Amino acid sequence: MRRRVFLAVISAVIVTPFFFSGCAEDPYIPQPAVDEYVFRVPSNFPQPVYNFANNTVSEAGFKLGRKLFYDPILSRDNSTSCASCHQQASAFAHTEHRFSHGINDQLGNRNAPPVYNMAWLPYFMWDGGINHIESQPSGPITNPIEMDESLGNVIAKLSATPAYRAMFTDAFGDDTITTQRMFRAMAQFMGMMVSANSRYDKYMRGETGGEMNAQELSGLSLFRQKCASCHTEPLFSDYAFRNNGLAADPTINDSGRTHITQNPADMYKFKTPSLRNIELTTPYMHDGRFITLDQALNHYTSGVVAGPTLDPLLADGIPMTAQEKADIITFLKTLTDISFTIDHRFSEHAVSHEH
Amino acid sequence: MFPKKYLLGALLAGAFVFSSCKKENPQPGDDGTPATGSLTVSLSTNVNGQPLVLGTQTYLNEAGDSFTVSMFRYYLTNIVLYRPDGSTYVEPESYRLISESQPGSLTFSINGVPPGDYSSMRFMIGVDSTRNVSGAQTGALDPANGMFWTWSTGYIHAKFEGTSPSSPGAGHMVAFHVGGFNGPHHGIRGVSTSFGTARASVSTTSTPTVFFDVNLAEWFKNPNTISFATEYNNTGVNPTNKMIADNYADMFTLNHIQN
Repeated sequence: MRRRVFLAVISAVIVTPFFFSGCAEDPYIPQPAVDEYVFRVPSNFPQPVYNFANNTVSEAGFKLGRKLFYDPILSRDNSTSCASCHQQASAFAHTEHRFSHGINDQLGNRNAPPVYNMAWLPYFMWDGGINHIESQPSGPITNPIEMDESLGNVIAKLSATPAYRAMFTDAFGDDTITTQRMFRAMAQFMGMMVSANSRYDKYMRGETGGEMNAQELSGLSLFRQKCASCHTEPLFSDYAFRNNGLAADPTINDSGRTHITQNPADMYKFKTPSLRNIELTTPYMHDGRFITLDQALNHYTSGVVAGPTLDPLLADGIPMTAQEKADIITFLKTLTDISFTIDHRFSEHAVSHEH
Repeated sequence: MFPKKYLLGALLAGAFVFSSCKKENPQPGDDGTPATGSLTVSLSTNVNGQPLVLGTQTYLNEAGDSFTVSMFRYYLTNIVLYRPDGSTYVEPESYRLISESQPGSLTFSINGVPPGDYSSMRFMIGVDSTRNVSGAQTGALDPANGMFWTWSTGYIHAKFEGTSPSSPGAGHMVAFHVGGFNGPHHGIRGVSTSFGTARASVSTTSTPTVFFDVNLAEWFKNPNTISFATEYNNTGVNPTNKMIADNYADMFTLNHIQN
């Protein structure tokens, strides 16, 4: 009897790890190393705003956040997911769409911004109305022209889905599904979406693959003279709210930051967008009015409209010759991070094999 | 490879290995902390002395507008109990959503209170700025409770909804959602209530109850008389938001303490 118990214990020690690893992943798909689910600050970046306090990234939490990001269950009619308007190939922006469509084909009124380097953002949305990465998804989920769902209904639908109960258990220890857990899982996924492997980054870090030609270096130098006071390196935004002189569109009548602050001095001001991956994220500006980078730069040389809240830095526009604009655009294309757009961690995954 | 019975043994043993990782929940007093008591708070809502009944019951505001009440909710947070010598008990995680439609929320207990006589109590109407900028919250602060603005993130500290024939709004609706946690128009207000010569005597065996009257009419008077003919729908952080908050700051009155 004693010998049998001994054998059973030994077999438990041997078999148990197989049991737990055996059901986790399909062995025929190469799996990422464990440390692919650790948040790291690129050496040429500052410390992030969101430091994952109380929300340490785990593989299970990240994968839950990913599943939520790609799941239309977050919308009222189960038709529209975050990924409907934030697509990986365009650095999670929405190309070909000035305004993305919400449920029932409703047209939005702002250009869906890309999603990357979210951990460094002090606030979210073009008007900065959302103050925390964990609160960010509540905006589009509840907006009547986007996903138009109540948070209570989202939690009810997730709680009625066995696969989600299993994934919440993996991520948080039990199958209680709350908005806090949902938002923290999404913050793990979005916070991990770091784009820092453009040719520019490798150049700045002195890495191989970071070679720039003469025109690109000229563009970088011009960029620093003419653009960087707002599009500040290395994140390529100062995250201030500015009126960059776009003529107000009377069909939209978007007051910008004033919508949040009620302050007339903020009229037509929007958050400075990052220019990383700008080659991939057409159309440009908060209302997507420009299709090409040429159009965007031409706005600054000759299209700036005066107004009481126009940014003082743009009072005379930004003088640039045709050659200077060409050089700057050539430089801007070194901010493209293809590795980010094909990173399998951020792609939609079938998760049925995991449970 | 393994005989079946050993496999069974493996499963059982595995289960024990995993279950044995769990620690027993610590029991109160285990760690040498002193035993504590509780204090109960009971809220009774009225409109200038008439008990509040949601639905068709009509009331008059200071401006003379008749109105009904369909919703009355507010956050009561950051409770601090004071002893006569000035020492305090600061309740941790002190966030409650008081909702007239959920009578259970009108009576609550503050636990973990050190035994002693307490002579005053402070709290906030609304959610402090820290929790407005700290990301996803849960419990009373769960944004699914409907007390959270998602387009300009922050808590709605208090909500009043009803109808008034004076209101020019659709369906004669009246709605005030008071929010904002910074800037000149925010809606957070501190409430300080002295018990006078009375004391709430907390011990390990007796739990005092502090009874407050909550006068909803205060939302619309003192110092700002609100007429529903002109102010009937406000859901943003603006001067009207501040006026309502200045008004509701004194809606609590101590009724009595039962030891």
